[in-house]
Amino acid sequence: MIAIVDYGVGNIFSLCSSFKYIGADIELTSDVATIKKADKVIFPGVGAFRDAQNKLRATGLDKVVIEEAKSGKPFLGICLGMQMMLTKSFEFGEFDGLNIIPGNVVSMEGVVPSDYKIPHIGWNKLIFPKNKPKSPIFRYVNEGEHVYFVHSYYCTDCAPDTIATTEYGAELTAAIARDNVFGVQFHPEKSGEVGLNILRAFNEL
Amino acid sequence: MITKRIIPCLDVKDGRVVKGVNFKGLSDVSNPVDLADYYSKCGADELVFYDITASAEGRGIFTDILRDAASKIFIPLTVGGGINTLADFDRVLKCGADKVSVNSGSIKNPKIIEDAAKCYGSQCVVLSVDVKRVNGKFEVFSHGGRVATGIDALEWIKMGESSGAGEIVVNSIDTDGVKQGFDLEMLKAVEELVSIPVIASGGAGCIEDFVTLFREIPTIDAGLAASIFHFGEVAIRDLKENLLKNNINVRL
Repeated sequence: MIAIVDYGVGNIFSLCSSFKYIGADIELTSDVATIKKADKVIFPGVGAFRDAQNKLRATGLDKVVIEEAKSGKPFLGICLGMQMMLTKSFEFGEFDGLNIIPGNVVSMEGVVPSDYKIPHIGWNKLIFPKNKPKSPIFRYVNEGEHVYFVHSYYCTDCAPDTIATTEYGAELTAAIARDNVFGVQFHPEKSGEVGLNILRAFNEL
Repeated sequence: MITKRIIPCLDVKDGRVVKGVNFKGLSDVSNPVDLADYYSKCGADELVFYDITASAEGRGIFTDILRDAASKIFIPLTVGGGINTLADFDRVLKCGADKVSVNSGSIKNPKIIEDAAKCYGSQCVVLSVDVKRVNGKFEVFSHGGRVATGIDALEWIKMGESSGAGEIVVNSIDTDGVKQGFDLEMLKAVEELVSIPVIASGGAGCIEDFVTLFREIPTIDAGLAASIFHFGEVAIRDLKENLLKNNINVRL
């Protein structure tokens, strides 16, 4: 069973639907025991970093999420979920992340050229680092395939753990991984067949 | 590089897809979920479901359709029509919408843009504006383009952006349903004004109209259309292949 951590953030209807669609056994839950007994954990997130972090702490699930990521079971952070896995975020201030993978979350402002629109909304290509083997979550995906992004802040200082980037006037981190822990900036549940293939690969880990 | 988006819009009434010409003379087209699934498989980058039902009963049918669509179709879904309160945002987001488009509701209560952006994030809030030229100025119309508001469209759009809207849909009433091409003049004026994504709507009649749109206004993000897709006059795959041939970056 895959536990999707429910801490009251964002719209997870499509995320649940997409896992059901590929035949995965999922449970949307805020129950610690259920999360602990799951084979895999999904850590979603949408909205602002601080609000989401506050909600996660208020539910007391922050410690469980860190434990689960360290437990060795496949763990996937999506969008803001991925950003929250890093060390620090500089979105509207400076906030501590869960520090599961080292890195920082910063604005695209001043990073992408000034004539590029922020947020980065739309379909963009996945580029895989040349010096690394392809990550198992991209098993069914080819370089250059498009996935759907919606974000204004992005993960940086995480090059050693970066498994995919995308080009938006600058190289932006699209996905990270360290051992059993994965994070994707884009929305696999909104990325058509390519996104479903990423979820399929994760489900098979 | 990010791709230009092609967005079919499905106007839904009593559980069926309809399309008006100049917003009048509606004709039944097809089953919304089947049509949406078909478009997704053909390469549509996003879908808009527009609820044009007036009754509470119709609203229930609409959310059932939305839930059904969101269980099978895994590309971004925007919902519009009848969005007046945060409760309306909540209702459609819970049924699988990714973005919510406000139009008349924001004219009645402009604060809804800011409230929704704070509550759900800017990425979720789309400001949709029906615009018509009146005495040489761009004016906002409400109620599906039927009611003049006296509001200057460019000022309104700028206000929408600063209130937290994440995207703007500009629908030109002057070109809508006429199939003679997008309203390039109006769209250029909006593009020069805002820095958030702009979606062009109203006037597409053929593939060449999309080529012209993206060539003439390279910063425009997406083209939206309804009847030309529903009646099979333009096939999405043909459209995207043609755009690619014209060096316009699309997802194929």
